[in-house]
Amino acid sequence: MNFLQSYVYYIGAFGLIFMGLFTMLVKRNLLKVIIGLSILETGVNLFLISVGYISKGTAPIFSKAGMEAERMVDPVPQALVLTAIVIGVAVLALALSLAIRLYHHYGVLDLRKIKEQRW
Amino acid sequence: MRSIISFILLLIIAWGVALSVEKIPFGESKTRIGDYYIERGREETGASNIVTSVVVNYRGFDTLGEVTVLFVAVIGLSAVLATRRKQKKGAVEPASLVLYTGCRFLFPLILLFGAYIFIHGHLTPGGGFQGGAIVASAFLLVYMGCRGRRISRTRSKVVESFGGLVFLVVGLIGLTLGGHYFLFNFLPKGEINTLFSAGFIPIIYIAIGCKVGSELGGIIDRLLEDSE
Repeated sequence: MNFLQSYVYYIGAFGLIFMGLFTMLVKRNLLKVIIGLSILETGVNLFLISVGYISKGTAPIFSKAGMEAERMVDPVPQALVLTAIVIGVAVLALALSLAIRLYHHYGVLDLRKIKEQRW
Repeated sequence: MRSIISFILLLIIAWGVALSVEKIPFGESKTRIGDYYIERGREETGASNIVTSVVVNYRGFDTLGEVTVLFVAVIGLSAVLATRRKQKKGAVEPASLVLYTGCRFLFPLILLFGAYIFIHGHLTPGGGFQGGAIVASAFLLVYMGCRGRRISRTRSKVVESFGGLVFLVVGLIGLTLGGHYFLFNFLPKGEINTLFSAGFIPIIYIAIGCKVGSELGGIIDRLLEDSE
């Protein structure tokens, strides 16, 4: 129980990462591969945030004038994830546009049926 | 067959990951740099949101690279989708009056909320990227609700270039005035927890908000145009 309590965020984050990787490896529909990529990315973001967490910590924002700097979570992973989310949206949009082009060209999204793309 | 192989492969990777992750303690302060930012961030940057001071001030160069990645992704998206262009005008079914009026009523309010989020980025949770995403959601509402209305591409490009240019120029001014590094905070810090504080952080965040908003709006424009 103690083990689960101390590692539940890591287990959840890597659970998401492996679910995404499994989807990307197994599924043959291109849209499902992109969905797997998105799930993987969410897992990576969750892992980074949970590494920076401090027990009973609050957000690193001094929203009131007299707040003291104690028990605040690490701001660096939060800043990294803030940028990583935007990059993730851009990558997702680019992948979707490539999928659209591929669909217009071949008429299918199944990776087995695309001749040059067989694996 | 392939799924079994992938599953075994992932199990092996998971075992390796578990060995390394169990060494990371959960819920403890791990980095000294994070403590330093929390202790000294307010005096050094003047921003009460420490995440903002990390994103814009301490790691501002990183943020510039990240904005560039977003820009390149948008260029790639429009290049990929641009080759197939047959103007199929008309035949767009107009929206009902309630939907149309509601979208027109909500659009400026959502824009205002997005602007609030990115102007107050150094005081409250939020900032340029989040505010930009909200601005782009206003454009998404117009595209979904008022069919046939589009944002002007030239204006969106002007806003986007303006944002990028302001970011670069402010950074270079800091480089020449401070002489130490790119994005030196040359403006007066002001009083903490007020709107006009934290030097150039609000200016940079307004630039980032304009840029991200117009870029995400451009993504919506291109993808929805292709689907019609």
